[in-house]
Amino acid sequence: MSEGPITKDVLVKTVTKILIPPIQLFGLYVIMHGHISPGGGFQGGVIIASSFILYALVFGYREGAHRAKLKIRQFLEPLGPIIFGTIGLICILFSGNFLQYSAIPILANAEIAATAISLVEIGIGITVTAVIFSIFMAMGGRKTDG
Amino acid sequence: MKMRKMGPLFVVIVVGAIMAYAVADMPAFGSLTSPAASYVSPTYLEEAYGVAGVHNAVTGVLAYWRGYDTFGEVTVIFTAGMAVLAILGRGFGE
Amino acid sequence: MVNLEFYLQHYNYWISVLLFMIGLYTMIAKKNLIKKFLGLNIVDTSIYLFFISMGDKSKAIAPIIHGEHVDPTHYSNPLPSVLILTAIVVAIGLTATALSLSIRIYEEYGTLNSEKIEELW
Repeated sequence: MSEGPITKDVLVKTVTKILIPPIQLFGLYVIMHGHISPGGGFQGGVIIASSFILYALVFGYREGAHRAKLKIRQFLEPLGPIIFGTIGLICILFSGNFLQYSAIPILANAEIAATAISLVEIGIGITVTAVIFSIFMAMGGRKTDG
Repeated sequence: MKMRKMGPLFVVIVVGAIMAYAVADMPAFGSLTSPAASYVSPTYLEEAYGVAGVHNAVTGVLAYWRGYDTFGEVTVIFTAGMAVLAILGRGFGE
Repeated sequence: MVNLEFYLQHYNYWISVLLFMIGLYTMIAKKNLIKKFLGLNIVDTSIYLFFISMGDKSKAIAPIIHGEHVDPTHYSNPLPSVLILTAIVVAIGLTATALSLSIRIYEEYGTLNSEKIEELW
């Protein structure tokens, strides 16, 4: 993959710019509605990562790395296991088992127990987005001699 | 057919024959009384909304009853990403 | 001997056995590393199909539950879907690691043919 823009085609660039916001909105919808409709952190994370990959493919590697900066990605990659583990440890703090959400007093009601599940899904989505995009950038950012 | 293609074909046919023999013991497609549909899965479906508080039973099992499994899953994808970065490095010396 | 009805009732298993055989043959017979990984993914797909089809019940709908009292025979089994979600994530990690290793192998040896790599070892 080259460092600069791959295509000069105005059509591709315009359609990409129009398409990326709906893709990211759909990814957020899939993450946040994981407990109501089909979806969840993994699926939504991959959808959001695909929008970043589309941007990097059309506008070039440098532009993609500029939009999703390395420092931010490095921060986001381990956030999923950290959020997940923190919620599990909070449950132990309220004398429950690891990840026993009902041990937390404000989540004892089943109506709002889905809050913890949503938080977990958001953490999963963040990690999946950052890791998938980082794998793409690592594989696409090789100097080729051919 | 060349001789070196016969070996893999033989192995594949033997493995396929073993699995085809095992199919005779499997429950029919869409069976309501299969072992997979009998023991724990009705409980998951009945308690998904009342106990876990989610409409989607798949998410309920994933994050509520099998949360520890999912914790390992996130760790797996994080570790895979780190392995790729350890092998390849960040692109263009980022 | 078993009749035609038996084969038709178990057709999902025949398809996944066939996919497994295709993937296994690709993994053993092909020399190119990328093709071997494709075979691995075909084997993965056959396992997904096997598990997901195990979870189906006839005339059942997706396990999106509305209401407190549910008839479990009315919804398909959620457990195989959850297990396969885990398997898909593991397969993604495996494929990403394998492909990145093959990128390094290509940079080092200039080929992805497994026999030539053994010669150059």
